[in-house]
Amino acid sequence: MPDTSTILEFILIIVKAGAIAMVLFGLPLPLTWLERKIAGHIQVRLGPWRVGPHGLLQPFADMIKLLMKEDIIPYKADKFLFVIAPLLAMVPAFAVFAAIPFGEKVLIPGLDYELTLYLSDMNVGILYILAMSGLGIYGIILGGWASNSKYSLLGGLRSSAQMISYEIAVSFAVIGVVMLSNSLSLLDIVRAQGGNLLHWNFLYLPVGPVWFFIFIIGSTAEINRIPFDLPEDEGTLAAGFHTEYSGMKFAFFMLAEYIAMVTVSVLAVILFFGGWNAPFSIPFPIPPIFWFVGKVAFFIYLFMWVRFTLPRYRYDQLMNIGWKILLPLSLVTVLVTGLMRLYL
Amino acid sequence: MIEQFFFYMFAIVAVVTAVLVISVRNPVHSAFYLIVCFLQVAAIFILLRSPFLAAVQVFIYVGAIMVLFLFAVLVLDIGREQFREHFHGQTVTALAALLALFVVMGILLVSGKITAPLGPFDEPALMKNTEVIGKSLYTSYIFPFEIVSILLLIALIGAVVLVMRGQGKESKD
Repeated sequence: MPDTSTILEFILIIVKAGAIAMVLFGLPLPLTWLERKIAGHIQVRLGPWRVGPHGLLQPFADMIKLLMKEDIIPYKADKFLFVIAPLLAMVPAFAVFAAIPFGEKVLIPGLDYELTLYLSDMNVGILYILAMSGLGIYGIILGGWASNSKYSLLGGLRSSAQMISYEIAVSFAVIGVVMLSNSLSLLDIVRAQGGNLLHWNFLYLPVGPVWFFIFIIGSTAEINRIPFDLPEDEGTLAAGFHTEYSGMKFAFFMLAEYIAMVTVSVLAVILFFGGWNAPFSIPFPIPPIFWFVGKVAFFIYLFMWVRFTLPRYRYDQLMNIGWKILLPLSLVTVLVTGLMRLYL
Repeated sequence: MIEQFFFYMFAIVAVVTAVLVISVRNPVHSAFYLIVCFLQVAAIFILLRSPFLAAVQVFIYVGAIMVLFLFAVLVLDIGREQFREHFHGQTVTALAALLALFVVMGILLVSGKITAPLGPFDEPALMKNTEVIGKSLYTSYIFPFEIVSILLLIALIGAVVLVMRGQGKESKD
């Protein structure tokens, strides 16, 4: 029989996983509200206003609507894949968070127990995250195919081509960070950026900013947000891969998309902006989680800001950016980073 | 005990999905089952204390190669067609090969020749095996590694040449 401490550890892991899942399920509520409010302010209008003060209850109204809506499965759809596709999109988005650290250990006052703010510190953390977040694409491709509609199929096709084109550049950007911090573990990557903001990977001149921009552009394309949201291009494809989805199945796709945005923001902070490290030394103590959440919130805002500022790219432009600019640039930067690590 | 339970779970799902890959009639369903099969293999890699291989398996095979497979299936528009002929008259050959494999494996298992020694590494060192793999790839196995790189490069250039030739003909016509 395992002893009590092992059982406690086991229970603690389940509790932590449950807590993370609950937070992730809840996050789209404030995020959809924020996205519409920001859209409103950028386009000089009010945004949601009627339901509750400042439209704060709008997400709940939306949730009730999505729950009540008739769940339509098209007559000619491939039933099995049509039903399973939203889950295929959602599960990997949650699974990614098994390897994401939110901070170092915290001492729980009173209990005298050190709680680690991550589920697992994997030796191959960053590889696991890249692999898992890549899996979400199957929900889009298979859902688009199973709908048996030309718009959905085109959306799914675009999505797979886009994903292949940008995954390579994003992976190279991550390789760059791994070269800078000599580890695949996210905890070690953050620890390597300790101190003040001059140690952040973003400021590892001259390659740091290049890596960051390759990463953020490639990730925007991978999570299908404007200016790269061609899989769901309303102008030409109705709603792309989720044209035929309604009710909760549609909500699952949306949930996956929002969580993917949070994941990319978290990764940008961990890989390039020092994670939970403070930007400069402050005489009084501020909990590290404050810096972490603050930085992540900034990137989430950035994605929303970009969405309502930039127009959408054309499909050939998208391919050109991926293959003719980002990929060669990342190859050259790998070389430069390697030389810098060897001789500096 | 728990490990064995997980091994049998992954192994059974892997074998069942592998059979489904070649027996379902719809190529998109085949691709789906192949993805599930690859994921089970990745899980077995984790049971074998090799998280790096598992991550790479998911990243390369499931994340990239299967996306390309699906892309090709969708573009070629054979998704709606059902494969009429399954085994292309290979049933006898395939069964013979399978039987031979089982016999050879059985003989080796009984005579105790299938073992996988850990070598100079103990279990905790293997869990941190990213460095071990990197070092052996770039030192002891540098020659095969470079050969594989060149092979891949040739395949890459070959693909580009084939596409370019096709384009040239189109413009002449």
